[in-house]
Amino acid sequence: MAIMRMRDALREALREEMLRDERIFLMGEDIGLYGGSYAVTKGLLEEFGEERVRDTPIAESAIVGIGIGAAMGGMHPMVEIMTINFSFLALDQIVNNAAKLLHMSNGQINVPLVIRMASGGGSQLAATHSHSLEGLYAHFPGLKVVCPSTPADAKGLLKRAFRDQNTVIFIEHTANYGLRGEVPDDPDFLVEFGVANVVREGTDVTIVGYSGSVHQATRAAELLEQQEEISAEVIDLRTLRPLDMDTVIRSVKKTNRAVIVEDAWKFGGFGGELAAQIMERAFDWLDAPVARVACKDVPLPYNRNLEFHALPSEEDVVEAVLGMFKE
Amino acid sequence: MTTEVQSALMRELGAERLGMFLYQMVLIRHFEEKCGELYTKGKIRGFLHLYTGQEACAVGSINCLEDRDKILTHYRDHGHALARGLDPNRVMAELYGKATGVAGGRGGSMHLYDVEKGFLGGYAIVAAHLPLAVGLGVAAQMKREDFVTLCIFGDGSVGEGEFHEALNMAVLWNTPTIFFCENNLYGMGVPFKASLSTEIPKLAAAYNMPAVSVDGMDVLEVYAATREAVAHARAGKGPYFIEAMTYRYRGHSMADPELYRLKEEIEEAKQRDCIERLKRQMMEAGMLDEQGFAEIDARATAVVDEAVEFSERSPQPALDTLFDHLYKE
Repeated sequence: MAIMRMRDALREALREEMLRDERIFLMGEDIGLYGGSYAVTKGLLEEFGEERVRDTPIAESAIVGIGIGAAMGGMHPMVEIMTINFSFLALDQIVNNAAKLLHMSNGQINVPLVIRMASGGGSQLAATHSHSLEGLYAHFPGLKVVCPSTPADAKGLLKRAFRDQNTVIFIEHTANYGLRGEVPDDPDFLVEFGVANVVREGTDVTIVGYSGSVHQATRAAELLEQQEEISAEVIDLRTLRPLDMDTVIRSVKKTNRAVIVEDAWKFGGFGGELAAQIMERAFDWLDAPVARVACKDVPLPYNRNLEFHALPSEEDVVEAVLGMFKE
Repeated sequence: MTTEVQSALMRELGAERLGMFLYQMVLIRHFEEKCGELYTKGKIRGFLHLYTGQEACAVGSINCLEDRDKILTHYRDHGHALARGLDPNRVMAELYGKATGVAGGRGGSMHLYDVEKGFLGGYAIVAAHLPLAVGLGVAAQMKREDFVTLCIFGDGSVGEGEFHEALNMAVLWNTPTIFFCENNLYGMGVPFKASLSTEIPKLAAAYNMPAVSVDGMDVLEVYAATREAVAHARAGKGPYFIEAMTYRYRGHSMADPELYRLKEEIEEAKQRDCIERLKRQMMEAGMLDEQGFAEIDARATAVVDEAVEFSERSPQPALDTLFDHLYKE
C-alpha cells in the first residue's frame, strides 16, 4: 500500500498495464510533451516513447475514430479526451461505432478501447466546461461506464478496463484528481465492474452517489450522524454500466429510505433511472418517496457563488434526508 | 489513360483476369437490379441504396488488394462486398434480414461485414469510417504488419469534419491508407459543385497527400490508379487519395423521386457504361466474343437467382438471440 493522489494512481494503472500488454498505447491532446492536462500521463512519453504515447491534433472525433480503428486492427488503445465537454465532438464515434459494432456485425468486430475523460463542475469554468455526462454515456447499450471516486478504485478500475474486450468510458471527476488515499501496489490489483461499494454502513437512510457526488454523500452522512443522530448508509456505484442495483436494493430494504446524489441535471438524468428501479423493486419497503439531489436546472455560471448555488452540496443532501423524517 | 497504356495493361492482366472483372461487374449489376425489384415487393426493407452504374469503382479498386488487406466502405456497399468475394447468398440473406446473412440480419443493406475477408463494414454515417481507416493503419504499423486499408466513401463525405481530420492525421502519422472517393456527382440530391468550394483532389493535396482523379467508369483506369496507391501505401510511403468520377443510374435510395437531375443526364452517363466499355475493349482485343459474354451474363444471373432462393428459404433470427453480441466476454 502507498498513499497517493488519484492522478498518480491513474498513472500507475496506465504504466503497469502498458508494461503488461504491448497492444496498449495512448492517444490524446497534450498527453505527451505537456504531460496531460491533469498530469495523469506525465512522464509516460519519456518512458514509453512516441509510438505508444501520441500527441494528437485537436480533433476529438478523429482521435476516437482512430482509436476504434486501431482496436479493430488488434490493438488496445486508450484515448484521452481532455475533458468530457469535448466528447460531444466525438459522440458519433462513441455511440455509433464503439458501442454498436459488435452487435451490428453479429459478433465479428469488437472494440477494446478505453476512453478517459475528465468531468464535473465546481472549477468556475462556466457552462461549456462543466458538464457531468456519466448518465448520458450510461444511456447507450454496448458501452461500459466507469466513474471512480477514490484513488484505489481509480487504479483498480482503470486496470480492469484494459482487461475488457469492449469500449469502456472512464470518467474522472476533476475534483478528485488531488484526492489522496491508500492504493494497493500489487500489479494484479483489479476492481471488478458492476460491484458497488458500501462506503459507510447505516440503518436509517441510503444515500447513493457516484464519481464526485460520493464525497458530498459521505460528508452529509457524517453531519447527519453528528447533528441529527440519523444513521446513513452511503453507496458508491463505481460503474453505471454494468450497474449493481442489487446492492442498492438490499440497502433500501434495510433503511426504507433512499436519496440519490449526482452532479448532473435532475431532469432526464441517471438519478431518475435509479429512482425508478428502486420504485420497481422496493416500493413496499419505502417509507418516503425517493429523493434526488442534483444540479439545478440551469447551465453552470462562472461566478463562484452562483455556481455553488447551482451544484448539489452536502447541506442539500442533509436537507433532503431531514425532509424524509418529517411527518 | 492512353490507348498504348490500356493495351499494355490488358495484355498484362490477360483474358482470364479481365473476364473476372467483367463477371464481377455484371454480377453486381444483376444483383442490384434484383434488389430494386425485391424492394418493391417488400422482401427487402429499410433504406436501400443501389450501386448500379458505379461497378467499375468497386471492381477496379478491390481487385488490387491482397487477402490480408482491409476494406471499409460507405452504406452503398453491396458492390464492394461482392467484389471482395463475400458470399452472394449471405449478402442477399442480410438484405432479407435473415439469420444466415453476413451480419445475422442485424445490419441490413447499409452494414455488411465479413471479417474473414477483411471486409470491416459498410458505414451509414457519412465519413465516420475515415478515422477508423487511419486507426487500422496505426495498428498495421505498430504490429509491424504490411496490410493496407482501402477506405471507400462518396463525394458527400468531403463536407464532414472527419474527412479533414482523418486526412490530416493519416499524413501526420504516415499510415498505409488508400482514400478512395467515389464521386457520383450528388450528395443525395445536392450536386457536389454546390457543396464544395474547390475540387476534391485539391483537398488531399492541401494535406500533402498524393492525389489523382480518374475515370471511375473505366475499370482499367481505376485498377491502374489503385494498384499504384496500394504499392505506395504498402511500401511505407503513407496515404494516397483517389477520386473516381462515376455516376449512379438509380436514385440515391429507393425513396428518391430524382427531381434534381434530368433523364438526359442519366442516358448520357449510360453511354459511358463500365460493363459495355470493358466488353467492347475485350472484344476489340480478341479476348471475348458474344457467346463468351452471354456465358458470363448467364452465370451472374444464376448466382443472383440462387442468392434469392437461399434467402427465401433461410430462417429468421430467433427472438432469443436479441441480446447476443451486446458485450464480448
